[in-house]
Amino acid sequence: MNFIRKFYYGDIPEDKAGGNIVSSSSKTDWPLWEVFIRSKQGLDHKHAGSLHAADAQMAIENARDVYTRRMEGVSIWVVESKYIHASSPDEAASLYEPANDKVYRHPTFYDLPDEVNHM
Amino acid sequence: MPVQDFEQLFQDKIDNEVKIEPKDWMPEAYRKTNIRQISQHAHSEIVGMLPEGNWISRAPSLKRKAILLAKVQDEAGHGLYLYSAAETLGMSREEMINDLHSGKAKYSSIFNYPTLTWADIGAIGWLVDGAAIMNQVMLTRTSYGPYARAMVRICKEESFHQRQGFEILLVLSRGTAAQKIMCQDAINRWWWPALMMFGPKDSESTNSDQSMKWKIKRKTNDELRQNFVDMIAEQIKTLGMKLPDDQLKWNAERKHYDFGEINWDEFWQVVKGNGPCNKQRLEARRKAWENGEWVREAAAAYAQKRADRQKDKAA
Ligand SMILES: [Fe+2]
Ligand SMILES: [Fe+2]
Repeated sequence: MNFIRKFYYGDIPEDKAGGNIVSSSSKTDWPLWEVFIRSKQGLDHKHAGSLHAADAQMAIENARDVYTRRMEGVSIWVVESKYIHASSPDEAASLYEPANDKVYRHPTFYDLPDEVNHM
Repeated sequence: MPVQDFEQLFQDKIDNEVKIEPKDWMPEAYRKTNIRQISQHAHSEIVGMLPEGNWISRAPSLKRKAILLAKVQDEAGHGLYLYSAAETLGMSREEMINDLHSGKAKYSSIFNYPTLTWADIGAIGWLVDGAAIMNQVMLTRTSYGPYARAMVRICKEESFHQRQGFEILLVLSRGTAAQKIMCQDAINRWWWPALMMFGPKDSESTNSDQSMKWKIKRKTNDELRQNFVDMIAEQIKTLGMKLPDDQLKWNAERKHYDFGEINWDEFWQVVKGNGPCNKQRLEARRKAWENGEWVREAAAAYAQKRADRQKDKAA
C-alpha cells in the first residue's frame, strides 16, 4: 500500500530528489542534553527542549543561545539525556490505576450544606 | 495486541486530538513521514540563513545590520529546535546532516534563489517568512507533540521576521525613484517563488490522504496558498506596489482573490537541483561542516580531558 503520495508544503518526496554524493562523517557526535528553564523567580524549571554539546558548560551556554534569546529564563538546568528515566507509555494504564478509584481525594467528593463558607 | 489494534488505538488518539509522544506506538509510515518532513523543515531553516547572510555585511545601517543578525540567528535556532524534534523519532543529527549534504534530503526551494539587492531582504521577510508562517501556524496543531511544541516556539519568533521585512519595503516604497524601482523589482522576483513554497496543487494527487488523516497536516497546499494570496494582495496596497500577476483579481463570489498559473516546470527544476543557487547553497553548507570539524574535535577532546581529570580527583 502506498499512502503518501501527496506533497505538502515543507515535505518534498524523496523520489523527486536530486544527486547523491556521500559526505564525510566525523566521529565527534556530541551527546544530547535536555534543557530545563526557570522562566521567572518563584516558578519551577520546565522542560524547554534538547540540544547537543560536548560538556555541561557548553550545554548551558548553548541553551542560553537557543532557548533564552528573548529573556525567557533566569535559570537553566541541563542533564544528559541518557540519565533521564521515563515511565513507559505501554504501562500507563496499570501505573496510574491506583489513583483511578479514589474520588474521595478530591474536595468535590464531600457534600456540605450551603451555609458552610470558605472550605 | 495485533498491529491492527495498535493502529486503531493510534488513530483514535489522533481523532480525539491527543498528541503522539516519542515513546508512544506509531505506524512506521507515520514515523517516516514525520522524520522526512521535520528534517526538511530543519534543513530549510539552516539553508535559509544563507541568502540573508549575504547581506549582513552590506546592510545599509547599523540598526538594519543588528536586526538582520538577530533574524538570521533566530533561523539557526529554529533549525536546532526542529533537528531535536526529528531526533526524538530515532534519526541521529549526524545522519540528517549527511542526508542534506549528500542531496538526499531536501530543503525549501525558495532558498535556491539569489538575493541581488537590499530590497530582497525586505521581500524575503515579508513574502518568504510570511508564507512560512501560514504553514507554521497550522503546524502548531500538528499531531506529533515535539513538532507541535517546536512550532509554538518558532511562531512566537516569526512575527518579527515578517514585520521587519515589510518595514524595509515600506521605507523603500517611500524613498527615491531608484529605491521604489528596487522595491518593485524585488517583489517581482520573489512573488512566484513564494507561491511555489506551498507545493504542488491539490489536484496533482488523487491518493488517499494519509497526512491529513494523521493530522500531520491540517490544511492543503491550495488552501494555504489561497490564504497567503488573500493576505498579501491586501498588504501590498500599503506599499503602493504591484504583484506581478495580471490575473490577480478579487472574486466577490468566492470571497477570495483569483490568481494566475504558477510555472510548475520551474518548480520541479529547482526541486531537482537546477535552480539558480542550488549548488552554491549545498557547497556553503558542506564547507561550513568541514571547516568546523576541528572545532568539534577540539571540544570533544577538551570535554574528555576534563572528565578524566575529575575522575582522577575522585579516585
Ligand atoms: Fe524560521
Ligand atoms: Fe523566519
